[in-house]
Formats: sequence, structure tokens, C-alpha cells
Amino acid sequence: MKIAVLVFPGSNCDHDAYHALKHVVSVDAQFVWHKEDSLEGFDGVVIPGGFTYGDYLRTGALAKLSPVMGAVRRFADGGGPVIGICNGFQILLEAGLLPGAMIVNESLKFICDYVTLRTETSRTPFTRTIPEGTRLRIPVAHYQGNYFADAETVKRIEGNGQVVFRYCDVAGNVTSEANPNGSVSSIAGICSEKGNVVGMMPHPERCTEPEMGSADGRLLFESMVSWIKENAR
Amino acid sequence: MKARIYVTLRKGVLDPQGKAIQRSLSHLGMEGVDEVRVGKFMEVTLAEMARPEAEKLLEEACRRLLANTVIEDFSFEIEG
Repeated sequence: MKIAVLVFPGSNCDHDAYHALKHVVSVDAQFVWHKEDSLEGFDGVVIPGGFTYGDYLRTGALAKLSPVMGAVRRFADGGGPVIGICNGFQILLEAGLLPGAMIVNESLKFICDYVTLRTETSRTPFTRTIPEGTRLRIPVAHYQGNYFADAETVKRIEGNGQVVFRYCDVAGNVTSEANPNGSVSSIAGICSEKGNVVGMMPHPERCTEPEMGSADGRLLFESMVSWIKENAR
Repeated sequence: MKARIYVTLRKGVLDPQGKAIQRSLSHLGMEGVDEVRVGKFMEVTLAEMARPEAEKLLEEACRRLLANTVIEDFSFEIEG
């Protein structure tokens, strides 16, 4: 099993993702430079966080044009599992692989903190072994994580079961107080219609071992590994 | 030839930056500014071409990269 960790100019969570894959869930992980135009031979793709192209124009707006994104689109169309974390999520939104857009946090502050998430669906490769309703403690670190989509789109993704994670309080209640950035419907993560492409603002790769403060992020990577084993191509 | 491109947040999209600026103006004692919406202004230099061609090019540039139409509107004017 081989997982690609994409590297763009300005990616900065690529090594954390690599560590989580290679040393925590023990799969073969390889960095893939954004100039590559093929993902042949890979079983999964991680688009890590960071500040690609210095967030010029809009977060993820320039990265969406990198050659590797054509390969990501083909990989996703073929049903392969893709996860975009933080800036990776922003890139997937800009690329049109996921619906909606990111705007500045309502508080106008960069937020770097642990949040609690409620798992809304187990139908994605990254949540298939995480029962619905499971609460996860995972940190966020962003300035533009305020998920926005028009009312019609929100209704559609809610109806399709495309909301994967919502911000909640420690008891699992979705409240406006527990929403760190103003995201519509407290959305922290969504998936594509087919479910194989997931984007989320919180950073599972930053909490994969107890020493990091939480090991909940590991569950997503383990889930992906189990999905790939079951769907071996 | 030169063109000016304006990218603005769509109606209904929250602009916390604009809100903060509006509050700061009122702290300065400037009453009467009810709302501020922050956008982007881009000045581009184009090769000489016919006007309809330039319009088509700018339209495409805005749609494909310069604006994110999920949250932003755009407009442009061509000089001369």
C-alpha cells in the first residue's frame, strides 16, 4: 500500500502527514512534488496543510492549477481516497472537487486550538471505522476556516450525507459557542457525493499519538488503511 | 492596453474585515458610514487587441482564477 503526500511550495504539514502514515499506521508513504502529473501506483492521496503560494489571491487558488491536481482529479474520479487537510481542504474547494468556499474566521483571529468534532457519517474511506456520533479531539490552526456555501448547496450536501464532521462541545452538542470560526451549519469537514474525497479544517495528522495531546487523528488514517485493504485494486 | 478588475464579496457573504473597519471608522468619530465591504482591485496590462477579445479574455480570467464565484462577484473596465 502506497500513499502520496503532496508537496506544494508552502506546504508545511507534509512531514506530519508522512510521519502519521509511515510511523504511526505503518504504510508506505511518499512525498509527491506538485509538478508531477501522475499518481500512478498510489492507493491514497493526502493533501497536507500549509500556506501554498503564500495564500496569494485566495487560499488554495494558485495551488489548484499545479500539474498534480489534474492527477488528483483523475484519481478521485476513479474512486480513490483523497483527503485534504486545512489548506489541502481549501485547495480541493478551489479546484471544485468539493463544494463551497472558505472565508475569514468570523472573529478575524487566527485560531490555533483543540476542538471537538462529531463524526456525522461513516460512509467515507476516512471514517468507515469511526461510528457515527463519535467525538474526536483534533486541533485546528487557521485564519480562513469559515466554511461558506449558499443555502441551496448546504441543503444539498446535508441531504446527500456529505457533511463528515461538525464542531461540537465536549458533550457532542452542536452549538454556536462550539463553532470556532463561524462555519455554516458548524461544518468542519465534508466529502464528495461519492464520499471518496474528504476535506476537513482540523488536523488529524497532528494528533496521532498520546504524546501529542490526543491520538484521535490516528483513527482517520487507520480507517483509510482498512478501506484500501478492503478495496484493493 | 490597461484594464481594471474589481472583485467583491457577494451579497450575503459575511465580511468580518469590513465590519471591523466600519467600527474603527465610527471610533474615529466618523459617523454616517453604515457599511464597509472589502474587495480586491487589480490592474492588468494587456497586449493590444480588439475590445471584444479583451472582454472575453478578462471574463475568462475572472471566472477561472481571479474570482471565486461561490463567494465573489467581479467586474472590469477597459481603459480607452
